[in-house]
Amino acid sequence: MSDKGVSVMGGTLRLTLIAGIAAAIVGLAWEVTRDPIAANQHERRMAEFSAVLGGIRFDTLDYDTPKRFDPPHSLPGDEVAEIYHAMLGARLAAAVFVLSADGYNGPIKLMIGMTPERKVIAVRVLSHNETPGLADDIERERSEWITSFDQRSVNGTNDPDWALQQNGGVFEGFTGASITPRAIVLAVRDTLIWAERFPDRWQAPGS
Amino acid sequence: MSGIRETLADGLWHNNAGMVQLLGLCPLLAISNTAVNALGLAIATLAVLTLSNVIVSLSRPLLQREIRIPAYVLIIAALVTASELAFNAFLPTLHARLGIFLPLIVTNCAIVARAEAFASRNPPMSALVDGLAYGLGFGWVLLLIGAVRELIGTGTVFARLDLLIPGAPAGGITLADNGLLLALLPPGAFFALAALLAVRNIIHARAAKLDRGA
Repeated sequence: MSDKGVSVMGGTLRLTLIAGIAAAIVGLAWEVTRDPIAANQHERRMAEFSAVLGGIRFDTLDYDTPKRFDPPHSLPGDEVAEIYHAMLGARLAAAVFVLSADGYNGPIKLMIGMTPERKVIAVRVLSHNETPGLADDIERERSEWITSFDQRSVNGTNDPDWALQQNGGVFEGFTGASITPRAIVLAVRDTLIWAERFPDRWQAPGS
Repeated sequence: MSGIRETLADGLWHNNAGMVQLLGLCPLLAISNTAVNALGLAIATLAVLTLSNVIVSLSRPLLQREIRIPAYVLIIAALVTASELAFNAFLPTLHARLGIFLPLIVTNCAIVARAEAFASRNPPMSALVDGLAYGLGFGWVLLLIGAVRELIGTGTVFARLDLLIPGAPAGGITLADNGLLLALLPPGAFFALAALLAVRNIIHARAAKLDRGA
């Protein structure tokens, strides 16, 4: 490192060279990882979709062009909500709602698969910030809890089944964390109610 | 090179980044809730620190006082970006669990500290050894705190090792059926670090006493 007699131009030139080295590192890494990353992302989304679509038969899924609802909207949650359509020919085989429940620690992102008759196929939690150890049994990898939504539908706007067992409903609560499971139960219930009220807003693909 | 042993001793113990310099505490405390998370971040930090040391050392002809800080930042940021891409491509589930803490390696001052204090004044081979020593030193502290917190918090250690090594058992080693949740929450990180520093101080005090006795 020389400290005297180096002009500002010299410093600029050297820094530019170092920026070039840095850009080469990032460029090389991007080149090597681009395809695996795209494949991973596609695989992950497909796995999520196939989990909430159960064994439903379909031939197209509009996973690049869902119907988008920017907040404020009448669906549950304050986040952007999306509705995807699994089509068998021209007929709707199932719809997939991606929206959020208001958890104890911020939004819980949910994916809900639903038949055209508004019956739940399956629900999965995509992401959440709930308390580890207390409330993370909402994750499918940790417990069966989220499968208690399978095959359920809502009967009227105040269906007593759609509550935790401690409140007379059919869904199990977690010890020490009732806000989290209740939030998910209510979000799924409200989605089904919304679907009943606004059939024309979700039954056909967007574009 | 007689310096290798000294460098290793400094990096792993005497001047340990996590335990003595107390640098890089943000990732150390935040991501050390399980052994596998800790190990993942430790490997990424080790890779970035070693590579940044070597590249900074190789760039010595280009460095001059006035531009050295932006130069370090550029090099380290490029390497962190590259390692984040690599994790995303080859260990996607672990990448999702480490989340923001992988890109945040860029703010780990232990890395800039080694670039400034060592790599910018030494040849590439010494810088490589220094990077490995300090990276491993930071890594073992991170892994130890992660393992202890996971064990106390859940009764299991090394659960989900399959995220890091595909094909490894996912269940981990279970010693108890459940644990003390506090260890997994942020305060648990401070307690674990404090306990580790206390143990280190005891060992130091004992060594000092032996020195005086001799």
